[in-house]
Amino acid sequence: MLLSVEQFEARHGLLQAVRGVTLHVAAGETLALVGANGAGKTTLLRGIAGAHKASAGRVKFDGTDITALPAYARVPLGIALVPEGRKLFGGMTTQDNLRVAERRGRPGKWNVETVVQAFPQLQPKLTALARNLSGGQQQAVAIGRALMSNPRLLLLDEVSLGLSPVAVEQLYASLRGLMRDGTTIVLVEQDLTRALAVADRVVCMLEGRVVFEGLAAETTREEVLSAYFGVGT
Amino acid sequence: MKVQRWTPQSGVFIAALGAMVLVLAVGPTWFSAGVTDRLSALFVYVILGAMWNALAGYGGLVSVGQQAFFGLGAYAAIRLSHADVPVYLAVALAGLAVGVVSLAIGEVMLRLRGGEFAVGMWVVAELAHLLVNLDPLVQGETGTSLIALNAIAAEARRAYTYWLSLAAMVALLAVLFALLRGRLGTAIQSIRDDERAASSLGVNVLATKRIVFVLAATGCAMAGALWLASAITFQPKAYFSVQWTAYMIFMTLVGGIGTFEGPILGAILFFLVETFFGGRGVWYLVGLGAAALAFSLFLPRGIFGALEQRFALRLLPLGFRVVERTKP
Amino acid sequence: MIFLNQLLQGVFLGGYYALIACSLSFLFGVMRIVNLAHGSIVVLAAFLLFVLADRFEISPWLALIAVVPAMAALGWLLQRFVLDRALRGGLLVPLLATFGLAIVLDNALFETFGADTRSLSPFIGDLSFDSWSLTDDITVGKMDVLILGSAVAMLGAVSLLLARTRIGRAIRATAEDPGTVELIGIDARAVYGMATALALAMAAVAGAFLAMRATFDPYTGGAQLIFAFEAVAIGGFGSLWGTLWGGIALGVAQNVGASIDPSSFFIAGHVTFLAVLVGRVALGRVAA
Repeated sequence: MLLSVEQFEARHGLLQAVRGVTLHVAAGETLALVGANGAGKTTLLRGIAGAHKASAGRVKFDGTDITALPAYARVPLGIALVPEGRKLFGGMTTQDNLRVAERRGRPGKWNVETVVQAFPQLQPKLTALARNLSGGQQQAVAIGRALMSNPRLLLLDEVSLGLSPVAVEQLYASLRGLMRDGTTIVLVEQDLTRALAVADRVVCMLEGRVVFEGLAAETTREEVLSAYFGVGT
Repeated sequence: MKVQRWTPQSGVFIAALGAMVLVLAVGPTWFSAGVTDRLSALFVYVILGAMWNALAGYGGLVSVGQQAFFGLGAYAAIRLSHADVPVYLAVALAGLAVGVVSLAIGEVMLRLRGGEFAVGMWVVAELAHLLVNLDPLVQGETGTSLIALNAIAAEARRAYTYWLSLAAMVALLAVLFALLRGRLGTAIQSIRDDERAASSLGVNVLATKRIVFVLAATGCAMAGALWLASAITFQPKAYFSVQWTAYMIFMTLVGGIGTFEGPILGAILFFLVETFFGGRGVWYLVGLGAAALAFSLFLPRGIFGALEQRFALRLLPLGFRVVERTKP
Repeated sequence: MIFLNQLLQGVFLGGYYALIACSLSFLFGVMRIVNLAHGSIVVLAAFLLFVLADRFEISPWLALIAVVPAMAALGWLLQRFVLDRALRGGLLVPLLATFGLAIVLDNALFETFGADTRSLSPFIGDLSFDSWSLTDDITVGKMDVLILGSAVAMLGAVSLLLARTRIGRAIRATAEDPGTVELIGIDARAVYGMATALALAMAAVAGAFLAMRATFDPYTGGAQLIFAFEAVAIGGFGSLWGTLWGGIALGVAQNVGASIDPSSFFIAGHVTFLAVLVGRVALGRVAA
């Protein structure tokens, strides 16, 4: 297993956002994390990246316990998070947003040129300020920025949120390329149909717990939906 | 649910406080001259600490230029006395006069935030100092003195200054207490916690800050005028020194910023430190700075804040507290 | 012609203000901290240089090679043990902590060196009084030119560092969003440490020129903070080149003020600063 999350718990102040989640992700796999708003998906993803502290449980990456490592120390190991809301450095150019992430990464194929090959929509925007890009372009920069560290595990939080259908289509075309190359991906996606289409496996969370887990190919939309709202099980 | 403001503890404390003020009021009749003078100084320190705390602890406004009002207060007393206002009346009115001036200063400065307000106030203090120096009566750094005081016997002068300081301290603390307990108190606290949220809840942020700013300016100016009443001589450099703000910050941080009682405790501590170590050069100032630094980093609510939490102290209740929850 | 000379001297004086403001402007740009100990830190560097020159007869220029790294190290410690903690305490704590530090520095310097005013000008040969005469009325001090040149060079170097280098990109990204840089492998605390080290290295250079062009004593820091702050505020918070223009505006205002009435040198500077603030308030644009 590339990633093992064991009995993971995390809080927002008094609120317990993630309650004892156990999750395993194999190398090369794409896992979709679905669930209603407030189910704890984002917190779990941030917990894996080290951006949210675990209150209990552990996170193992490639056999090493990384629970105590801060986020910046997980990047060189090969974990990169594309955060919810993109969080670009708006006052910097596209190019600088990418290059600032090359500092602490692993050696590998990703650089500004290969990112632009993977996201051709960025080609004319390299010297534009990130805050002036369209939503789809911004999301492409955010993913490209994460790729610059040559991650072995890419965590994507709601990459299609607020984008036009065309932009979403364009992004997923690029993501499918990454998956073919063998990048391990955990993605949070609101669109169930899309999640089932791109992922190898689907995990559904409800109120901080995992309530459904199954291979995408063997799972119907209805099965996930009933878990989604906590009915049936 | 049952909510209360006054606790038996605070009732006893207020009664003790009242008794203490009464004892202090008759003080000059039996204190030695030295004790009377030193206590007058203590009252001025309490005023300074409480006023800086009102501004920073309740208004969220850190000023390193409160010496502007301290100096202007002394200057206003000189000017009023020069215009034939009876000398103690001049001292008493000086603070109010500067309070009016501070309305105009606040109009500009209160729109600044954080560091810009902090250093901006220092610039105001420097400018006030330079402008006061231009007055022919003051003659630059040479300064002048409150000559009218010479007509009064030293003994009487000492007692009047003492009473005036005590009265000013009690009055300013009472006004501050009343303000903080009223609707303004809630508004102030909400602004300090989150200015934008307060504004969206309908708190008039600027108007609220203005009240605190003017009160703090008036208080510091009264302190300056009272200091002049003891010292008699007015040398602008001594009154417009940033040292005064350093004292205020020390008293507030060590005593407990954002607590009503803290700066009073801080003033007493400062008074003791100054009394025992003031003669040993400026090392004690190094100590004051270090204490302010350490408290801001490691004990941000000061000594009183820590005690309050540890022993659930409620001496002068500003807020409400739930004593009994209704069972669901 | 005399007026033109006043103007020119104002520009050079402004160069000095810009030089002492570099550090303050940079630190504010990166960490949103107004370092109230800035002036005292500049004076500390001046005293270090003075001791090396006076007791060990080391030329101030040579001494800078030791003092700049020493101040940078001090900057790193300042971030690690004071600013880092202060930043987590909210908006007001960095102001209170750095003000406390200023009181400590000023009075410790006073206890160590006494009230005497010092200067490095005796240690730099003719440079302190040499000048070029452009016309009969206009002379330009060599030191003034050197200071303005240093200010431009320092601001240029920092701008280039920010724009073109890896660490510069990391500093800009951290200034925008210290939380998100952690997600791309950058330790925001380490970046802040480097930025504060750089700021204090700049303060050391400022201290050298403070001590060479004029006299200083342990309590000179407060005024330096005020001038530096005025330069930063007039030029606009967060803008490095703005700081140069702000410094020049301040220097020109003071000299023009003094040419109208000698006693209004500082008054004119402070009034200009407040007028700019009032103007910004009127236009509804206030930073910081």
